[in-house]
This record gives sequence, structure tokens and C-alpha cells, in this order.
Amino acid sequence: MTYSFLQHYWCFVVALLGAILVFLLFVQGANSVAGSLGYTEQGRRLVYNSTGRKWEFTFTTLVTFGGAFFASYPLFYSTSFGGAYWLWMIILFTFVVQAVSYEFQNKIGNFLGPKTFQFCLTLNGILGPLLLGGAVATFFEGSNFIVEKNNLIDGAALTPIISHWANASHGLDALLNPWVLVFGFAVVFLARTLGILYVMNNVDDEDIRSRGSVRLIGAAVPFVILFVAYLIHLLLKDGFAYDPATGIIFMEPYKYLHNLLDMWYLAVLLLIGVVLVLYGIGKTIVSKNYVCGIWPAGIGTVPTVLALLLCSAWNNTAYYPSTADLQSSLTMQNSCSSEFTLRTMFYVSLLVPFVLAYIVYAWRAIDRKKITAKEIEEAEHAY
Amino acid sequence: MAILTSLISLLQATLPEQGGALSAVDWARAQFALTAIYHWLFVPLTLGLGLIMAIMETKYYRTGSEFWRRTTQFWQRLFGINFAMGVATGIILEFEFGTNWSNYSWFVGDIFGAPLAIEGIVAFFMESTFVAVMYFGWDKVSRGFHLASTWLTWLGASISAWWILVANSWMQYPVGCEFNPDTMRNEMTSFFDVALSPFAIDKFLHTTISSWIIGAAFVVAVAAWYLLKKREAEREMALKSLRIGAIVGLIASIGAAITGDESAYKVAEVQPMKLAAMEALYNGGTDVSLTGIAAINPFKQPNYKEEKEAPLRLSIPNGLSILATRSLHGFVPGVNDILNGYTKADGTVEPSAKEKMQRGRTAIEALAAYRQAKTDGADEATVAPLLATLKENMPYFGYGFIKDEAELVPYIPVNFWAFRIMVGLGSLFILFFAFLLFLDWKKKGFLAPSALNTELSTFNKATLWVAIILLPCAYICSESGWLVAEFGRQPWTIQDMLPVSASVSDISAGAVATTFWLFLILFTTMLAVEINIMLKQIKKGPQL
Repeated sequence: MTYSFLQHYWCFVVALLGAILVFLLFVQGANSVAGSLGYTEQGRRLVYNSTGRKWEFTFTTLVTFGGAFFASYPLFYSTSFGGAYWLWMIILFTFVVQAVSYEFQNKIGNFLGPKTFQFCLTLNGILGPLLLGGAVATFFEGSNFIVEKNNLIDGAALTPIISHWANASHGLDALLNPWVLVFGFAVVFLARTLGILYVMNNVDDEDIRSRGSVRLIGAAVPFVILFVAYLIHLLLKDGFAYDPATGIIFMEPYKYLHNLLDMWYLAVLLLIGVVLVLYGIGKTIVSKNYVCGIWPAGIGTVPTVLALLLCSAWNNTAYYPSTADLQSSLTMQNSCSSEFTLRTMFYVSLLVPFVLAYIVYAWRAIDRKKITAKEIEEAEHAY
Repeated sequence: MAILTSLISLLQATLPEQGGALSAVDWARAQFALTAIYHWLFVPLTLGLGLIMAIMETKYYRTGSEFWRRTTQFWQRLFGINFAMGVATGIILEFEFGTNWSNYSWFVGDIFGAPLAIEGIVAFFMESTFVAVMYFGWDKVSRGFHLASTWLTWLGASISAWWILVANSWMQYPVGCEFNPDTMRNEMTSFFDVALSPFAIDKFLHTTISSWIIGAAFVVAVAAWYLLKKREAEREMALKSLRIGAIVGLIASIGAAITGDESAYKVAEVQPMKLAAMEALYNGGTDVSLTGIAAINPFKQPNYKEEKEAPLRLSIPNGLSILATRSLHGFVPGVNDILNGYTKADGTVEPSAKEKMQRGRTAIEALAAYRQAKTDGADEATVAPLLATLKENMPYFGYGFIKDEAELVPYIPVNFWAFRIMVGLGSLFILFFAFLLFLDWKKKGFLAPSALNTELSTFNKATLWVAIILLPCAYICSESGWLVAEFGRQPWTIQDMLPVSASVSDISAGAVATTFWLFLILFTTMLAVEINIMLKQIKKGPQL
């Protein structure tokens, strides 16, 4: 295993976790439409109980995504989290309030009332995907930061801090870029689409299923429009390229298009993913009794996002580009952990299939029976 | 709230040179302290109650008795309310390393990131998968699978504790790494040195075992309340839960004392300044006594330079020498010894603070010269001596950022008092749990069969009230342990390697202060709701 292999491998692992995370954002997506999907008090309860049995996986994947990013690309961790402070803090805030909302909303003693926590779930349902999507978009659009390692030992430097954000808005500036918003909202509507598909599958309720097919159009159409718009923009835009011989970063026209052509397997992956997502949506809309759309659409989301994330980093590309100082841009090579750490973590990552296996086993065990109003009433644990 | 306000005033008290205004570093510290303190309100109950309810469910599995099923389910409901808060407050901590400690994340991320990632992959998924089976699987999976899920939830939480404590221990005692001047960071050289550091093993044992005390105190307190209220329907559950709670509590509090003693010994070995601060030991020596209590002003750093020892000090002869060196006459350095330099038991000389600061600056200058030479394309012969100088002085690198040797002394009052509160309450728990088990064994007091039908005597009422009051004490005890561990590490984020002032992010004090207050309001509100729900649930009892 060479250092370069390990860098690519860990980029793959982090991208895969990111891709799975986007799929799992169906929890947020469903919560953001719980009011209209559920419609009645009992309907909403069904939706929340359905996502309530999965939210911890989304949350854990987010945490593990953060941990894996930290372990493999610490300079990204220090630059992006420490720089785009407000962006990440708002994301975290919405996930914090989400984490207690399920458990607290319908319990006696909740003096803030169920509506407060349902609002928190909606807020997280919209802001979570929007800002996470926005953060991913900056991988292509660039962020406003400077990295200067010598600051730590330069007595004349103002502070010994290595990574600086080059403006005072600390990350919120990303939202001024319309393309970041386009991508962010594409993720919001994707999450919503997946959420509706998931609930239709997981909840055995005629009312919710019939309303779901209608709501699905309202979520899927904007998603497709925004996603296709961003994809075209991406293929046509200049990208942040990296010269491995000199370490110099430069702008290359059609960089991401070149990446997909050079790494044809990513293009194939992207295509398969997109087709699966569209198939899942399309079949659910046209076929009245089909409720398994989450499977093709959910599974398709993973390769789609994986291909996009790898397109931002592999093939000598700067995955976290700086618009303030091009040479500060982060590449897999200049921001990764040491060979020793990446290799050690490689062995740890071999546990992942085992982890996936028991998750699937446990999920199947508790999902064998679909959720119904009767089941929630009698359940030992319900939200 | 009151604790936090006084923490901030303590922070201000440690910064007289800045006229009391808090800098970005102080706010970053306050925010981390706030989130960590809140997180630690929920984690120990997860670890402790998790163990107790897993024992209860094992009883259900073995006997098939409906009573144990109902009892397990009742405690699991309380566990669930607490667990959600633990999850919610935990996510912030992981990301705060990046958001507020940006330099730190790069400087040691190569080592520190690994345990965090492993925690996610190995522990968090185990916890979140099996907690779902535990909540929703009662009538869907077999009894054996359900029992396994309960134990695996607890195991996942404990493994999570293991990895985060490995990370924390590494900050106290950095091992298994080497500085790389080209990448400008420390890089891991031995994973096993990091993952199985003796400091980490001690810390894990002490922290998790002491967490079981909170679980035990919680179960005992809730059971005591039912008994005090004479709730007939819950009487059997209360009595049987109380017995399990007291057994776990006694084992845990004795275990915490043993591992705590070992922890103190390790601290003496690798963080002598922390020990000196815990003991308010200004001037060390041989045959040092262990301070029982002394009049240390909680809001003012004592004048350790001038005072010979803490005022009105009551002590145990030779106690500290035994604790720190395992020998009656062992030498224990005080604050001034560490600042002025001293000779260790093995004959090696520990340099003075001034010398360490000078050598730290030498290391920084050599590193700057090395990097400049590399940029200029200098040959091997030019860079070799610079590297040699760097290597020689690298153990003191962090001291190069220290401006005044007073910075090297942690805030003594917090260390001194938090240590005493922890040890004092910890000892009280041993006595109380032993007392409860004694009553149980002799069938005396409120555990006497005659107590069933008669009014509770004053003695019985008092015992039950003490059991309830000891619950908040268990939390105070546990949080005090963290205060000692973390305040005692100051001014370092990583012992001798990087001080807090060089670890932060480039964020203004105002921005961090804003998020601090937002977190304070958010977490306090959530805590209030949680406690209210918990109390209502307890009042309601085991029925659905």
C-alpha cells in the first residue's frame, strides 16, 4: 500500500460516509413535510415514529463522517470547521435540538409542548440538508480562507493560528453564492423526496400513502430541476486543479468534466445512481400500489453523491479550494494524515462491513412489521 | 447556571493581566467546559443505569418473570430520556475540536483524530443500532436477542468511553508520536502506545467505574422516593432495584477509590504540576504530608511564591509521599520546585521553567530557520544542525509560547477544592452503600419486614432522604473529577507540547461568546425539560 493509495482510499471512505449520510437525510426530509404528509395529529405521529426509529443512524453517520474526516484529513477539519464557524455551528445546533425532539415531544412533563419540538424537527429537516448541501457545494465553488503553517512559529505574526477565514462572516458568505444555494436546495428536495418514499414504505397507512404520491411530485420536480442545473453548471465550470509535480494549484477550464471523462467509472457510477433515483421516483408516481421506491432511490443516492464527492478530490483536484489564496487550497496530498495513521486506520476500516452487517440484521429484525397506528398505541417505546 | 457563572468568574480571576476581559481563548475554554460539563451530566447515567438495567434484564431472561420484565422496562424508559440528552450534547464536543481549536486539530490531528474516528465506527454504531432494538424490539425479537441488545448498548457506550478517554489521556500524557517539521505537526509513530497508554487504561477504569456510582445512586434515590411515599404498587420493584443499586454502588465506589489512587499516582509521575495544584503544595520535599483540608480562598490564586504552605492546613503525615511515590519518604515537588527546577528520584534534573521556556523558543527558532532553509533550497549540511537543535529542544516546544512562568501554574483553588469534593463524596458513597447493604442483610430499618405496614420512623425517613439527597451529590462528585483533570492540565491543551493560547481558532471573542450563551440557554432549557419529564415519569411509575 503506497501513501497515494491510502490517500485515495481514505478519500473514498469519507466520500462514502458522506454519500450514505445524504441518503440517511431522508429522516430530515420526512420531518420537514411531516405536517402535510401526516395531515392529522395521528398521521404526524406516524411519520415521527417512523423516522424516529432511524434518526440515530443519520446522526451517528454524521458524527462518524466528522471523525473520519478528522482522522484522515485534519487540515480540512481545522480549516473548514474553525473557519466556516457559523455555518457549522448552525448545522450542529439544528442537530442538537433534533436529537431530543423525538424523545421529549409527547412525554408528560414536556412543558414546552409538542409543537415546540415538532418545530425543531422541521427546522432541522430544512436547515440540516440545506447547510450540509451548501457545505458540499463549496468543494466545487471554493471558500474564503488562507492557510499559512509558518504562522505557528513566526514571532511577527499576529496570532500563531495556521488557518484563517478571509472575511468576518465565517462561512455564511458561502450562502451568497447562488450556486451554493442551488446545490443546497437540491439536497433539501432530495432529502424530502427520499423522506416521502421512506415513509410510504415504512408506514402502513392508506391515507399517508395516497398523500405521499402527491407530495412526492412537489418534492421531486424541484429536486430534478435544481440537480440538473447544478450538474450542467459543474460540467461547464472551471475547476481547481493540482499539479502533483510542483504542488501548485491552478484553474483548469472544464476540470470536473475532464475528471468524469478521465475517471469514466465515476461517470458510470453517477449515471447508474441518477437512473436509480429517477426510477424510484417515477415508478412511485405512476404506479398506485408501488411503495418500494425508497429502495432504488435510496440506493441510487449513494453512488450519485459518492461520484460527485470523488470528482471533487481525485484526479489531481483541490477538494477544498480557496478563493482567497489559490495556493492555500486543500488537496488530498497536502491536508491528509501521515502514512502511518492512514495505514493504521485502513485496518480499522476493515471493521466497517461487519458493522454494516449487524446494522442490516438489526434493522430487518425491527422493521419486519410495518408501523401502524395500532402498533404505536401498544408499543413499549413510542414518540 | 450558578456553577457556570462562578466558572466564568474563576476564569476571569485567572486573568488579572487582561483586566478581567475574556479573550477568545477564554471563551473557547468556557464553551468547551460548558458543553463537556453538560455532556457529562448524561453519560455517567447511561453507563451506570445501562449496567443496572442489563443486570435486571438478565434476571428476566433467566427467570422469565413478568416482574423483572416490567422493572427492566421501567428503568429503560428513564434511560431513554437521559440517553437522548447524552447524544444531543455529545455531537458538539467532537466538532468543537475543529470549530474552536483549529490549530490543535492540525497540530495533533494525526494522532487525535484516530480515536475519534474509531469511536464512531466501533462504538457509536453499536450503541445506536442496539438501542433501537432495545426500545422497539420487545415483542419483535427473541428474548435472547433483546437481552444481547441491552448489553451491547451498554458495551457500545463503554467502548465509546474507552476511545474518547484514550484521546483525553493522550492530551495529558502525549506518547507514540513524533514532530515532523516538514508537515508542521505531530505524527503518530505507535498506535498501540496511544491506544493502550497506561494513563488511558487508568483513566478509563476510574471514569467508567465511577460512572456506575451515578447509575446506582439514581436507582437507589428513585427507589427511596417510592418507599418514602409508601407506594404499594411499586414497593417490590423499589426494594429489589434498591438492592441491585446498592450492590453495584458499593462495588463501584470501592473500585473508584482504588482506580482513583492509581490515577493520582500516574498524575504524580507525568503531571507533577497538576498534583501540586490539587494539593496546594507550594514547596515540596521528602516525607510530604497529604492535605486533608486548608483555608484556600476559592476565588483567588494563592501567593504560592511567598507563602510557605496553605493556611490552617490539616494533614496526614507522609500521606502525599505514599500517594505520589508509593514510598514513605518519597520526594514530591511543589509548585515552586517545578518552576525553579529540581532533581528527580532517579537522579535526572528537571529544568527550571525559565530554562524550559528558553529551550522552547530555541526549538521554535530552529524550526523557523529549518523551514526557511528548505524553502531556499538549502543542502543537507545546512539543515542537519538545525534539525538537531530542534530535536534536542522539542520536548519543551510548547514552553516557547509561554510568556510568563506564572502561566504554568494551574488555578489552584479549583483543583484543590474539586479534588477534595470528589474524594470526600466518593468516600461517603462507600459508607452509604455499605450501610444500605448492611440494613438489607440484617433486615433492619426501612428494609425490615415490619416497616411494610407501619408508619416510617424518623430514622427510616432520614435514611431514605439521605438516599435522595446523595443523587445530586453523585453528579457533583463526578463533575469535580473532570474539573481536576482539566483545570489541572492548564495551560496546556497537550501537556508540554501546545498551550491553549496557541491551540485556538481564528474566531473573535464576541462570536465564541455568542455561541457560548446560545449553548447555555439551549442546554439549560433542554435540561429543565428533561428533569421535568423524568420526574413525571418516575411519579407515574412502571405502567405505560
